[in-house]
Amino acid sequence: MNKYMERVYNGLIKENPTFVLMLGMCPTLAVTSSAVNGLGMGLSTMVVLVLSNIFISLLRNIIPDKVRIPAFIVIVASFVTIVQLLLQAYVRSIYDALGVYIPLIVVNCIILGRAEAYASKNSVVLSALDGVGMGLGFTVGLTLIGIFREIIGSGTIFGWNFNETVFNGAYTPVTIFVLAPGAFFVLAMLCALQNKLKMPSATNTKEQSDDTCTFDCAACSMAAGCDSAAQKKGEK
Amino acid sequence: MGKMFAILIAAMLANNVILSQFLGICPFLGVSKKISTAAGMSGAVFFVIVIANAITYPVQLLLDAFDIAYLQTIVFILVIAALVQLVEIVLKKIMPPLYEALGVYLPLITTNCAVLGTAIKTIDNGFSFGQGIVYAVGVSLGFFIAIIIMAGIREKMETNTDIPKAFQGTPITLITAGLMAIAFFGFAGIGG
Repeated sequence: MNKYMERVYNGLIKENPTFVLMLGMCPTLAVTSSAVNGLGMGLSTMVVLVLSNIFISLLRNIIPDKVRIPAFIVIVASFVTIVQLLLQAYVRSIYDALGVYIPLIVVNCIILGRAEAYASKNSVVLSALDGVGMGLGFTVGLTLIGIFREIIGSGTIFGWNFNETVFNGAYTPVTIFVLAPGAFFVLAMLCALQNKLKMPSATNTKEQSDDTCTFDCAACSMAAGCDSAAQKKGEK
Repeated sequence: MGKMFAILIAAMLANNVILSQFLGICPFLGVSKKISTAAGMSGAVFFVIVIANAITYPVQLLLDAFDIAYLQTIVFILVIAALVQLVEIVLKKIMPPLYEALGVYLPLITTNCAVLGTAIKTIDNGFSFGQGIVYAVGVSLGFFIAIIIMAGIREKMETNTDIPKAFQGTPITLITAGLMAIAFFGFAGIGG
């Protein structure tokens, strides 16, 4: 596998932002009440991620180190605005369903995290592919969670009512899964599953890693930006 | 006055910022291990959300006046980022005790989606300036209630050994949050 494919594989499987790194939890919880919403959010984030990664990588030698975080935020916010206007113009249903969470892509940890950790240090092509990988990983994650919640919570898949068509309505949807508490429960199960898989067992003889499922601010690469800012203040 | 009260209650309980809007999940899960730190965080959030709302409202009027409302996202996030820095400097100078209490949490708030979310929702809902402030107060009180309850429960859970190993830590916290969200559904009828 060459280093280009490795970037895509890394984002999609090895460091999947939803299932492995557990980043960007606000949109993950908020918009996955149906598969279409999850897919829409994932693709929007992916577009922003790829474009901002390309631009940040292009400008990586020009942006002064001290103001890099504000500069990244402006670049990301510009692309978010572009995506927002495009969605509003061409995919109105998704725009209405995602609502305030579209502008909130700006503060998604994944995007600033990749900018800080990868795009600001690597070449344009690699950064773009890193964005594609991470974006695809996020899209797959959100879509899978969306499909799961939609099947259990409303008895449909991508809006196709399999419950009426196949089971003649014999299945009573567990509505709570498309509501707010269901999001927490599904994520809790995912998190527990991840912990379980990482636990030492007969088939998993690797030493237990410390990176069990946590939501410490340390997991969010933005916090690293905050920390370094705080440190710099201390140095002065 | 009745309208104001309805906005406050709705923002605080029925549409709780964390448990039904999913804004500010990161601090909710990251800083809720102890009641004291949770209180510090929610104090800082309260401060920033209310001030940010008071500033972004006139900024939006300015954007509207120049017919560049589509720049909302870019301008708001920059205003909030600058504001957090400013609040930090001003607090340090004027109210050192408060700065001591909130200082470490302030830089973390720039990327807290609750701040930007509240500012944008105030505009989307078409609130007046006063209503926007009341809404911001409601949102931050809702954040305070949710994170303090969660911190209280987590302090008790710390010593509980009945939790299966895979569920210890974050998973059980998320399940607790889910149960709290169900409880908060009870408020859905009031305040609309």
